[in-house]
Amino acid sequence: MKATDIRVPDYFHKVVDCQWACPAHTPVPEYIRLIAAGRYDDAYLVNWKSNVFPGILGRTCDRPCEPACRRGRVEDADKPEPVAICRLKRVAADNKDHAAVRARMPKPAAKKNGKRIACVGAGPSALTVARDLAPLGYHVTVFEAEQKGGGFMRTQVPRFRLPEEVIDEEVGHVLDLGVEFRGGARIDSMRDLLAQNFDAVFVGSGAPRGRDLDLPGRSEAAANIHIGLDWLASVYFEHIKSIGKRVIVLGGGNTAMDCCRSSRRLGGEDVKVIVRSGFEEMKASPWEKEDAMHEGIPILNYLVPKTFEHRDGKLIGMTFEKVRAERDVKGRRQLVPTGEPYAFFECDEVLIAVGQENAFPWIERDVGIDFDEWGLPKVDKATMQSTLANVFFGGDAAFGPKNIIWAVAHGHEAAVSIDKMLSGEDIHERPEPAVSLISQKMGIHEWSYDNDISNDQRYVVPWREKAATLKSIKVEVELGFDAVTAVQEAQRCLNCDVQTVFTKDACIECDACVDICPMDCISFTENGEEAELRTHLTAPALNLTQSLYVSDALKTGRVMVKDEDVCLHCGLCAERCPTGAWDMRKFLLETTQAGPGCRARRREVA
Amino acid sequence: MTYIAKPKLHHPTLACNAIGFTRRDYEGKISTLCAGCGHDSISASIIQACWELDIEPHRVAKLSGIGCSSKTPDYFLGQSHGFNTVHGRMPSVLTGANLANRDLLYLGVSGDGDSASIGIGQFVHAIRRGVNMVYIVENNGVYGLTKGQFSATADQGSKSKKGVVNTDSPLDLVGLAMQLGATYVARGFSGDKKQLVPLIKGAIAHRGAAFIDVISPCVAFNNHAGSTKSYEYVREHNEAVNRLDFIDVRAEITVDYAEGEIVDVTQHDGSIVRLRKLSADFNAHDRIKAMNYVHAQQAKGEVVTGLLYVDPDAHDLHEHFNTTEVPINRLGAKELSPGADNLAKINNSLR
Repeated sequence: MKATDIRVPDYFHKVVDCQWACPAHTPVPEYIRLIAAGRYDDAYLVNWKSNVFPGILGRTCDRPCEPACRRGRVEDADKPEPVAICRLKRVAADNKDHAAVRARMPKPAAKKNGKRIACVGAGPSALTVARDLAPLGYHVTVFEAEQKGGGFMRTQVPRFRLPEEVIDEEVGHVLDLGVEFRGGARIDSMRDLLAQNFDAVFVGSGAPRGRDLDLPGRSEAAANIHIGLDWLASVYFEHIKSIGKRVIVLGGGNTAMDCCRSSRRLGGEDVKVIVRSGFEEMKASPWEKEDAMHEGIPILNYLVPKTFEHRDGKLIGMTFEKVRAERDVKGRRQLVPTGEPYAFFECDEVLIAVGQENAFPWIERDVGIDFDEWGLPKVDKATMQSTLANVFFGGDAAFGPKNIIWAVAHGHEAAVSIDKMLSGEDIHERPEPAVSLISQKMGIHEWSYDNDISNDQRYVVPWREKAATLKSIKVEVELGFDAVTAVQEAQRCLNCDVQTVFTKDACIECDACVDICPMDCISFTENGEEAELRTHLTAPALNLTQSLYVSDALKTGRVMVKDEDVCLHCGLCAERCPTGAWDMRKFLLETTQAGPGCRARRREVA
Repeated sequence: MTYIAKPKLHHPTLACNAIGFTRRDYEGKISTLCAGCGHDSISASIIQACWELDIEPHRVAKLSGIGCSSKTPDYFLGQSHGFNTVHGRMPSVLTGANLANRDLLYLGVSGDGDSASIGIGQFVHAIRRGVNMVYIVENNGVYGLTKGQFSATADQGSKSKKGVVNTDSPLDLVGLAMQLGATYVARGFSGDKKQLVPLIKGAIAHRGAAFIDVISPCVAFNNHAGSTKSYEYVREHNEAVNRLDFIDVRAEITVDYAEGEIVDVTQHDGSIVRLRKLSADFNAHDRIKAMNYVHAQQAKGEVVTGLLYVDPDAHDLHEHFNTTEVPINRLGAKELSPGADNLAKINNSLR
């Protein structure tokens, strides 16, 4: 193998599994250390800079970081668990000094630059664009159909998961940067909007249309059948305050979970979720399924809905065909009817949460914005630009339903594109991230991070008692970690951003690092092709998604090979290294956001 | 300055041996030796050898004297018996322990100061008597704990860290061991575990006095240009006379080698030490020739390593004394005390 070039930012970035997996690339270990140190303001601001909504995401994020967490691969337990990254984020948000944090946020631009930006929708992607651009002097106008900003986060995510004051606060952080917010201003025509001569338009209008199920009985029993997304919004606006005693929720995504749990709080006593495919294949996050089941909601699987049964214009139940999963000759998974008679489930109401779609009836098809065969706008994945140069898309509006953290990531990229475009630059030249790599050595056996490895199992976030939470839809279920538990949970973090950096010329090949490494990560061996090399290391490197760190040839002609997969970042290799060939260096990567940093260097010099 | 304990977490593929222990179970406390010390690699090799041989930790007694090397038994086999003796007196304590309980595996760990200077009288007699043991000298040529004075094994003409040239002639431990009748004599290098681990395994399986001299660079005081015990010098001058494969009694022999290059040595327990010859003129069965060869190469500045001499039919101290098969520590007063009448008879027979 060729020697690893650690100057390429991606190399060490990949080692920080959580940050790499996060669409917004939030420096996770950095803020977890700050939480452990009780520095909540700093931890909050590290988050805020990167993901804009720490309090909201600390409760609702899809947490792609957690399945990626190295802890889940190395823990010596029956069920290794990742660090509770998401809920630690909430600790920073809950415990920060609000005034102090506000004081450290950017101020509205003292001088405007004369450029006008329109954001359609006030969801996470559009608010991110506004947050990134407003302090730079852009005049950002946010058009929102509802009275308040927040989008899906406010109207669809139920209050027992996300209190309204958290949304008010974090949406407020953005709007207070000198953003012009126009609530109750639905955009009905892209042509009209373009006619207002904004320098750039950002569309972050979400994927607002819930998919319907056209089955026999749908229209006859319409009064008792609701589209989940619309129903959740109606619950938020208090147009709906109750539901029948027996409720069936169709669908296996997170919206279905929100529907069933909301039903339990609005009078639903016998609430069940019914999904077509298997329990394991459900789109909902595992923890959301657990939370629903914890509230006494069964999830029935392999049942394909067939009819809505009604009597006298009133829904009485639904029939389902029983199926099983089989692989066809090509190995594709298919649902095959078992041949058993249809199953009938009684119910008073049905909530349909079988998916959501993008809808752009307000974008005229002749303004220059091209759409693909699925009705999605053609959007460049890197720049977020549509086929109309000054119109950008982000969030669910761009590539279909995803989640908040992806929306934030899109917003940052779109803001960079807009800033570059309006500075007369090629938006396809994307800025490099800002990277630092700094030794953490303080003395012999002393590091500026806590390198002792905690053996604790993942801590469970405490819940309010069920009796109280099921009574009201507004009572938040999770209480969040207390300060002591937060520190203990934070200690489970392996500090994967503190990198093992190897300096070949200093190595005397004494084997001390090989002997001390608890995970058998390090080998000194003859070089070879990667596939072959992976098999003859101190311990086999079986996880092909994780890199091998390979040095140039050493004095004996061998190379150092380190398997990054299960490294604990405990620093013992560096402690036992007599020559400092190993050093523990903190790798901090911050993605470049809109502003002078994202523009080409020549302009900075000029 | 604090040490963290080595984390308990381990590689997902870490395997158990036949008696259900992982390699990590054979570790001891975390080493407090200087970073990069060759001794730590020897500890790791002992751990590896014991794990591979499925040795029950409670059947091992580790004995040592004083010095950096003699600290190391704290860093391996944390579940075994240990005895840190007076400086240089490990061989006598080990001999006594061995006589009292012949059932344990005796691992004597010592250094060049402990064995070649203060304890040389003890060392030579334990070897002479053929005590059934594995005697490892972790040999770095300097007194590390007192900041790097030359030890008795430092080569004449080699330089100290400060540049002083050693004028004394060196003591040759493998030469002594062969001359005094050790029946398994080897030299290894802490920087080559592939060679060292089988050497230790062979020694453990050997009945009789097994002696291994392990060149173990002292990174703090003896790893500079001019030293003959540095990583670099040993790597450059290492002349391995053979490669050793230790084949367990139970293991099937599957590897084939070209004829003439291989010598299988079956030890008394049935295990096989398979020697792959690297040097055509070398014969590990001929003590006199082996001694001559090692000395001739040493005179050229080469460091001869590998299994230098083995006598598979060796006898040990217990056979010489014709002692009871049952360990003495398990005999009761009745068996141990001949009684006044018998004692009188014995005394009379000696008059």
